[in-house]
Amino acid sequence: MTKLIIILLSAVFINNYVLSRFLGICPFLGVSKKLDSATGMSLAVIFVMLMATAATYPIQVYLLTPNGLGYLQTIVFILVIAALVQLVEIVLKRYIPSLHKSLGVYLPLITTNCAVLGVTILNIDEGYTFLEAMVNSLGSGLGFFLAMVMFSGVRSVIEGADVPESFKGLPVTLVAAAITSLSFLGFGGVIENLFA
Amino acid sequence: MNTLQNFSKGIIKENPVLVLVLGTCPTLATSTSISNALGMGLAATAVLLCSNIVISALRKVIPDKVRIPCYIVLIAGFVTMVQMLVKAFAPALDASLGIYLPLIVVNCIILGRAEMFANKNKVFDSAVDALGMGAGFTLALSLMALIREVFGNGTFFGLSIPVLADNHISILTMAPGGFFVFGLLIAAVNKFAPNKPKKKDFGCAGCPSAEICGKTSCGDKEAV
Repeated sequence: MTKLIIILLSAVFINNYVLSRFLGICPFLGVSKKLDSATGMSLAVIFVMLMATAATYPIQVYLLTPNGLGYLQTIVFILVIAALVQLVEIVLKRYIPSLHKSLGVYLPLITTNCAVLGVTILNIDEGYTFLEAMVNSLGSGLGFFLAMVMFSGVRSVIEGADVPESFKGLPVTLVAAAITSLSFLGFGGVIENLFA
Repeated sequence: MNTLQNFSKGIIKENPVLVLVLGTCPTLATSTSISNALGMGLAATAVLLCSNIVISALRKVIPDKVRIPCYIVLIAGFVTMVQMLVKAFAPALDASLGIYLPLIVVNCIILGRAEMFANKNKVFDSAVDALGMGAGFTLALSLMALIREVFGNGTFFGLSIPVLADNHISILTMAPGGFFVFGLLIAAVNKFAPNKPKKKDFGCAGCPSAEICGKTSCGDKEAV
């Protein structure tokens, strides 16, 4: 149980996908302008990460590894994720239209989001059990959510700031991201010691 | 457009990293040392070259509606090949690039060039375009890695530099340094290349999902 909590907390804070692993930077910079779109995108990412792990983990463990097909990992995972995202979109549209309305626009974007493919591959590389893999995916998704929501707040402040001409737009956003990421460095070592 | 212009546009005018702002994830993550940056740049260039050639050759065969899945499968195939080659011949590079090697699949530069260039142009032009874009990606990555390695670690290609080695700013090699140096470089490009086409602060042009997402992610339009 302690191990699960450590995995969850370190995925959220220490190995934060956006701020320390640099995965999913495109949506982080692109969608974080407004709080509601940042929330929508992150919820969709959490959802797809959990689904993708639930689908790819058994495929790797029961299908690819026993048959010596481990090298097909990249191709199989990206196809499974793409198909899954499509399927989820169709199902949501048909049965839960209200959820589709709020998450639907972000779903197609997620297929080419490196955070989702990243989490599925890392779960295999780290040798997690199925439960640990699911917890890690949840933590990674929550970490993405935290980074997005925090950063959308930071950005709304930058919007009104008076910055030099050549820093306007992306450069100042990146410098702000550097400072946000700096604050996450402070979590290093905290979580292991919490349970030591 | 002649061949030379076609090649050089990827390096300067349409540099995929510093001007089009594509493929930010590998740029930030693998620019901690010059050797990593070169390795990543070359691996991505190899995949880009192969995928551009094949996609351009098949551009009349692949049905328009399912083109993105087709491209992804082709690219994933090439990435797997490159991954196996790197594992076999450069295991140290494989270890230091880690997860970012398979993640070339979802690198926007590769899908973006397939969508913007290879499916409209002849095989030779697409190959030249891929080489130019690959060179631009590698150069931008190496430039960033140069700054981060020299000032952050006090080394150049692993050789220590006399004064800097004792006074290195190690934060530059860590995550915040990546964002910071990238921000400074883009600001420098804005400053010294003022006559580049006016752009929004985040490019949708090269994003393969732009069409599907209705540019929601770029803040251009409200979510529908």
